[in-house]
Amino acid sequence: MKSLVVKVKRFDGSKTWWQEYKVDISSEKISVLDVLIKIKEEQDPTLAVRYSCRMAICGSCGMVINGIPRLACQTLISELGDSKIIVEPMWNHKVIKDLVVDLEPDFEKVKAVKPYIICDTKEIYEKDVEFGQRPEELEKYYNFAYCIQCGLCMAACPVVASHERFLGPMALNAAYRWSADSRDQGWKERAKIIDREEGVWSCHLAYTCSAVCPRGVDPGFSIQLLKAALIRRTKKP
Amino acid sequence: MEILKYDLLIIGSGIAGLRAATAAAWASGGKISIAILSKIQAMRSHSLSAEGGMSAVLYPEKTNDSLELHAYDTVKGSDFLADQDAVQVLVEYAPKEVRYLERIGVPWTREPDGRIAQRPFGGMSIPRTTFAADKTGFFIMSTLFSETRRFDNIHVYHEHFVTKFIIENGEFRGVTAYDLKRGEFKFFYAKAGIIATGGAGRLYRFTTTAHSTTGETLAYALREGIAIKDMEFVQWHPTALVPSGILVSEAARGEGGYLINKDGERFMKKYAPQKMELAPRDIVSRAILTECMEGRGFQHESGMCYVGLDLRHLGEEKINKRIPFIRELAHKYAGIDALSEPIPVRPAVHYTMGGIHTDTWGRVLTADGKWVRGLWAAGEAAAVSVHGANRLGSNSLSECSVWGRLTGEQAAKYVLEQPPLSSPDGKVVEIAKKEEARVFDKLLHKEVNAPMPYEVKRQLNDIMEEHFGPFRHGSAMAEGLAKLKKLRDISSYRVVDSSKVYNQNLKDALEVDGMINLALVIGVGAYARTESRGAHYRLDYPKRDDVNWLRHTVAYLYGGEIKLTYTPVTITKWQPEERKY
Ligand SMILES: Cc1cc2nc3c(=O)[nH]c(=O)nc-3n(C[C@H](O)[C@H](O)[C@H](O)COP(=O)(O)OP(=O)(O)OC[C@H]3O[C@@H](n4cnc5c(N)ncnc54)[C@H](O)[C@@H]3O)c2cc1C
Repeated sequence: MKSLVVKVKRFDGSKTWWQEYKVDISSEKISVLDVLIKIKEEQDPTLAVRYSCRMAICGSCGMVINGIPRLACQTLISELGDSKIIVEPMWNHKVIKDLVVDLEPDFEKVKAVKPYIICDTKEIYEKDVEFGQRPEELEKYYNFAYCIQCGLCMAACPVVASHERFLGPMALNAAYRWSADSRDQGWKERAKIIDREEGVWSCHLAYTCSAVCPRGVDPGFSIQLLKAALIRRTKKP
Repeated sequence: MEILKYDLLIIGSGIAGLRAATAAAWASGGKISIAILSKIQAMRSHSLSAEGGMSAVLYPEKTNDSLELHAYDTVKGSDFLADQDAVQVLVEYAPKEVRYLERIGVPWTREPDGRIAQRPFGGMSIPRTTFAADKTGFFIMSTLFSETRRFDNIHVYHEHFVTKFIIENGEFRGVTAYDLKRGEFKFFYAKAGIIATGGAGRLYRFTTTAHSTTGETLAYALREGIAIKDMEFVQWHPTALVPSGILVSEAARGEGGYLINKDGERFMKKYAPQKMELAPRDIVSRAILTECMEGRGFQHESGMCYVGLDLRHLGEEKINKRIPFIRELAHKYAGIDALSEPIPVRPAVHYTMGGIHTDTWGRVLTADGKWVRGLWAAGEAAAVSVHGANRLGSNSLSECSVWGRLTGEQAAKYVLEQPPLSSPDGKVVEIAKKEEARVFDKLLHKEVNAPMPYEVKRQLNDIMEEHFGPFRHGSAMAEGLAKLKKLRDISSYRVVDSSKVYNQNLKDALEVDGMINLALVIGVGAYARTESRGAHYRLDYPKRDDVNWLRHTVAYLYGGEIKLTYTPVTITKWQPEERKY
């Protein structure tokens, strides 16, 4: 049995405060999310935490743990190497309650870059054919398609922190992912959306987005690929 | 209470719900208004945990596969309880759906010539499981969610917890929902609805499913006179990671993984000599548990018995290309590297074959077979039924996509034929207001003498694990039923959180409240079915009994009690035969 002290930054709609919980755990091979759920169920049901799959694929439980933006379900107690755990909501987002933040503005930014195959939509819905894609074409965008929209990159981005209209790494990565797909013909349309100050040109190359991504997507790189495509005026990034 | 009006409500945003939305949006030519409601953020639905793949006959001329063979495998896998006309629909539409998903951008794993690659899966006689590495569900989900963004007439309501279906005079009228983010109660008034709320794995403790897979909406359906079909058939997936229950996809065995006991023996040769590790899930799960009961399993520090899933012989390249997520999960959550050690696994609850009683086209039915006008169900929440007593791996994603599409198209057509939606009449508004009072006034006060929802859920999980597990017995189930009935008598919960904004404590109470009723449906159905078929295995009735039990269980609520009736299985081609693998 090991004792943990978990310090949580809380918010109830009007005030913010830090609250400490003492939790006994029998194994360190459990996640911070497991510990937070244990607090909720055994000590304090008022604690709000967003979670679902608990296997690092749904993207619900992004938060700042001991100073680093990460997924609570993907962070094991054993990895932290500390019996004191400090948890706060993701930075750069409006807090709804405790560890739950509003991500809908991020989702709207993704929507703004048209995250779908742009072509004659009738081809998609009325023809029962395969467009086809060779493995090397798949490779071009595959890694960028891993984005789980958890918002951690937005939380870690220093530009997002001070520039509200900046599309940010999550949406820009989506712009690259869709434009680089061999089935897509939307680059011209998307280029207009991102070739602006609020688009790719505000990125200062801090690469914190890539550093915190829990799925190994490299949004910093996709932004640079977009810039290169714009500058070189290529037909497709 | 805000009132919102929509032509079509889709409740649930998994693969079934999202596919219904895109189908309805396109079929209506953008003319109807569609709302998707999801109790979690829409793109985070449980479907994205699916790893292994989606079944479809894609290239029959190249692989010697056929629709007929896919149908037969499915029927045999179901232990002959599937409706064969529904299975026919599944196999016919599945390839179209794989291609649709391809056109909207799913990054299917490919062959060098650009074709979609396929892998073997349990109970499938030919490799026909299409996949996107071992994150198939994630890629389908995220692509479909993206696709909904194309349509301006699809509105997404994230984190709207539905608390009630409103049905008047046999017709669907809308739902009420608790908007967690804004802390408001809303009435969604509509012409038509599609229930796509997924399964109920969390009735059990050791499960591969997401925390949100709780199944309360099936209990709402019961309350409104809708019937629930074949709910006693609960699937245990053979290989969940010990001790967390996180899934190790069947793809691991599809790609050639072995199951070994503590003597290093590939024990499946005793249980399914031909198919070995790729026998259907009910058979492999029982084999693992038998090894454990007979002392040939490994013992985990948590007290769980397990066997080894051995991937070592596959080699690093294959593992990294085809099943990288499995390696990552085993490393993270069990602390082992699959390249050098077997993965510790044991069976866990994975899927509910049963669900809302529908006809072949997904129309929602009452116990006497009447369609609740304007209402459909699709995906895991529905029992169409294509999986019968045991689902074959990778048939669910196809089912979700196929019936998502079919119900979406039908609902769009139905909506266009109806007159425009007027304002709701006083009666339905009254029902919605009463529901608001139940949620916000009755539940949301600190009932100090009532139990906490978490305590009740713990008890519920205990009962289900102990009395309604993979090996069932009449006397143990009778005890379990008595315990469940006691739980059901709990009429209120102690909700400590008194805020309206993002009150998860309240949401948790609402979930548990529904779960108890659904658990009872499983219990009553399982107790009554005195035979063993597919995933429902009884020690006191170990044989399948086609004379008495080749029929679907249909449960409904009457005078507050769960009653059962039965409907025949539709057999078009294949008479029941002994199931050997
Ligand atoms: C770990 C795992 C791996 C799997 N792998 C495979 C595989 O490889 N191949 C395969 O074919 N099948 C697989 N399955 C099964 C398959 O993933 C599911 O059956 C399928 O995804 C269910 O999809 P769905 O659309 O019906 O529901 P879900 O994706 O479960 O979505 C349910 C939706 O309903 C909403 N909802 C529920 N209740 C409410 C409420 N009260 N109010 C509002 N909204 C509500 C939720 O928010 C969610 O949006 C797997 C299952 C698991 C557990």
